[in-house]
Amino acid sequence: MSPSLYAIVILIVILVVLLTVAALLVWFERRLLGLWQDRYGPNRVGPFGIFQTVADTIKLLTKEDWIPPFADRPVFVIAPAIVMVTVLLAFGVVPFAPTVQVADLNIGLLFFLGMSSLGVYSVTLAGWSSDNKYALVGSLRAAAQMLAYEVFMGLSLMGVVMLAGSFSLRAIVEAQRGLWYCVPQLLGLIVFANAGIAETRRLPFDLPEAESEIVAGYHSEYSGMKFGMFFIGEYLGITLISAMAVTLFFGGWLGPWLPPVVWFALKTLILVCGFILLRATLPRPRFDQLMAYGWKVMLPLALLNLAVTGAIVTARA
Amino acid sequence: MDVLQELAAAFPGVHFVPQPTRDLVPTCWAPADRAHEVVAHLKRSGYRMLYDLAAVDERLRADRAALPAHDFTVVYHLLSFDRNADVRIKVPLDDAHPSLATVTDIWPSANWYEREIFDMFGILFDGHPRLARLLMPTTWKGHPLRKDHPARATEMGTFHMTEARVEEEQDALRFHPEEWGLTRHDDGEDYMFLNLGPQHPGTHGVLRIVLQLRGEEIVDAIPQIGYHHRGAEKMGERQSWHTFIPYTDRVDYLGGVMNNLPYVLSVERLAGIEVPDRVKVIRIMLCELFRIASHLVWYGTFAQDVGALSPVFYMFTDRERVFGIIEAICGARMHPNWFRIGGVAEDLPKGWDRLVSDFVAYFKPRLREYDTLVMANAIFRARTRGIGGCTAGEAIDWGATGPVLRATGLEWDFRKKRPYSGYDQFQFDIPTGQHGDSYDRAVVHVEEIRQSVRIIEQCVSGMPEGPYKSAATLATPPLKERTMHDIETLITHFLGVSWGPVIPAGEALVHVEATKGDNGYYLTSDGNTIPYRVRIRTPSFPHMQMVPMLSRGRMIPDLLAILGSLDFVLADIDR
Repeated sequence: MSPSLYAIVILIVILVVLLTVAALLVWFERRLLGLWQDRYGPNRVGPFGIFQTVADTIKLLTKEDWIPPFADRPVFVIAPAIVMVTVLLAFGVVPFAPTVQVADLNIGLLFFLGMSSLGVYSVTLAGWSSDNKYALVGSLRAAAQMLAYEVFMGLSLMGVVMLAGSFSLRAIVEAQRGLWYCVPQLLGLIVFANAGIAETRRLPFDLPEAESEIVAGYHSEYSGMKFGMFFIGEYLGITLISAMAVTLFFGGWLGPWLPPVVWFALKTLILVCGFILLRATLPRPRFDQLMAYGWKVMLPLALLNLAVTGAIVTARA
Repeated sequence: MDVLQELAAAFPGVHFVPQPTRDLVPTCWAPADRAHEVVAHLKRSGYRMLYDLAAVDERLRADRAALPAHDFTVVYHLLSFDRNADVRIKVPLDDAHPSLATVTDIWPSANWYEREIFDMFGILFDGHPRLARLLMPTTWKGHPLRKDHPARATEMGTFHMTEARVEEEQDALRFHPEEWGLTRHDDGEDYMFLNLGPQHPGTHGVLRIVLQLRGEEIVDAIPQIGYHHRGAEKMGERQSWHTFIPYTDRVDYLGGVMNNLPYVLSVERLAGIEVPDRVKVIRIMLCELFRIASHLVWYGTFAQDVGALSPVFYMFTDRERVFGIIEAICGARMHPNWFRIGGVAEDLPKGWDRLVSDFVAYFKPRLREYDTLVMANAIFRARTRGIGGCTAGEAIDWGATGPVLRATGLEWDFRKKRPYSGYDQFQFDIPTGQHGDSYDRAVVHVEEIRQSVRIIEQCVSGMPEGPYKSAATLATPPLKERTMHDIETLITHFLGVSWGPVIPAGEALVHVEATKGDNGYYLTSDGNTIPYRVRIRTPSFPHMQMVPMLSRGRMIPDLLAILGSLDFVLADIDR
């Protein structure tokens, strides 16, 4: 098989697998939450309710494609697509295994950060174009939250880059053969995890769509498959952040006995469960508390991590 | 010295007419032009809370001869914490232009009470800041609690929704901030107005709060109520004494039989019925079970309001266990309609004590788990501490009772201070807070669940033997065993069931420490088979009125943390 054909096949396989995984995650989260909350969750459609998402998707697709008359039409339509596109593009640089990767960019990490930064446009534009006060409040929250947490998400990863000496994600994984970076970069991992939750807008950082406060926040006016894209985008986002955490801190595909892809999938799944467990456990902070936590706790931590790692790397050299 | 004598001494020129009542609350009539001074004086002399403010349309009353000649009565019910005593001031008004000076300058809580009276009776309050309809739609014609206003839709003629009518109704719904007393802009900046509700996930029902916002900061918040108004008081005037009991269940729909209690106690006071000891303990046990059920709903939904997803599932599961017991005893879950005038509907079923003991054994460790899950959570504390705090003085001024009042540090529980239904036989503590904020209200609620468990344990161990209903003639329905022996008791039974009992003329208010605060039924009988007036004083009504004060200057999420901690039920506000 020629290299370009191989790349296209990998691309299609990854795309299909990702969308399937995101859809399955919806079901998986609901079952897992059900388990933790003393109830069943969806268990009627297919074995263990596994086709629930299929049923939901059919419902979303056959719903009236409603655009509110007061909305800014083009922006309203584009916004949900942005979240899907940016997250899927970011997956392009994730090394699932030594040979399973769409593109091994030498600036892979920066590409990921760039794409996840673009994601904020989706949420902000969705809220702005809806011309709904709840959506507006939600998108303002989203803009402030994601911009703030973007800053130290980047900073938290610089320690990893320093240790590995490369922005290429494959090189970063290879550099973890001796020791996973979750040990020397524990602080970086903690900051990255916080920023990652904020980026995916999941509890406890789900302020842009805080149901009990602002109904559904930025996507209050969305329905049908446009809402479905936000929804799938969220689960793709969880998978992306978990996959990135695995790549950067947990040795990526590295592991004995099992094939590399399986190791990668297993590690990612465990982190995804962590996301879901957080959602099942924690309440939501207030907006100003979230910002204070970001700027006053997380940013200094990220800077500290950066300085200490830098000092150690320099001393060793 | 008696408070009425004090009054006569303080106002030598005023002619006060005392009136005896069945509930023994000192009651007197004061002329309309002096009423404001009189209640102001009473507030200064220790009656610090405006417990209730209600009106009565006296025009069709059968026993009018004994009262001063007039058409409407406005009743001020004041409560003194220092003396642990009440006083009731009645003001007679004439039909032509019923009006009275407002007391909103004395008690801020009078605002809604006076609006409600205006809405329901058309009585005007001079000097009221915004005398608009409160519960009925603004386009409503007439004043529903007047005796000439029909109670049933079938009495009102055919309803036509014409084009013009649709236009009119929709115009009335248009939002004009000025009508709400809100300014659109200030110092060159425009405010955002946000309509929170009546359909909103965080308002626990059909409640609308109009928010005037600067960014996310609340400049002013104005609750609009009435969406859940079902005219419970009007229905009381067409049901027999007995058949009104199921309606009470639905006032605080989380409180179940807790709502029956003040009603049947009031009727029993009017009828002079003494209930057997077993009845008292059964009632207390059921009430405390419902307090637990209601507080569990509060606990779970409050956690959800601040964003925690899971607690509500655990707490609703536990509530289901409580309902299991309630269903085994009463045959129904949320609205058992189980207390009767003079007793309860049935005796306890066999094996009830094991059900209750099993639940208590299961529930105590669960409560400790919830403490770590919710109360000890750092984010939960950050969201609720220092949010929506008020002092005991403010709470009293606004008519707050129950956990809202106790969270401010005032140890006031009607079960202890004025034991009814035999609560003096039980040992339990009154939990209090210090800051009166959302967190302290939560602490008080949680501790109250524990105390309720204690009371229930004592009920199980000390349940007295005896009949489950009084043998008094007015107890309804009468004990069946007595009916088949002679014609006299058979006739009484027949009449009591078909027409309902004739309750002797008189007035009585009995209030209880309900799940959310003080719930009282002020019943007026003119010696008939139906009540002449049923006034329902509910705790959620004044609590909701405090929301603007508690939330000004806070952010939207804080408003939800305040609403959640107040523990209200919309039906309890609107009745």
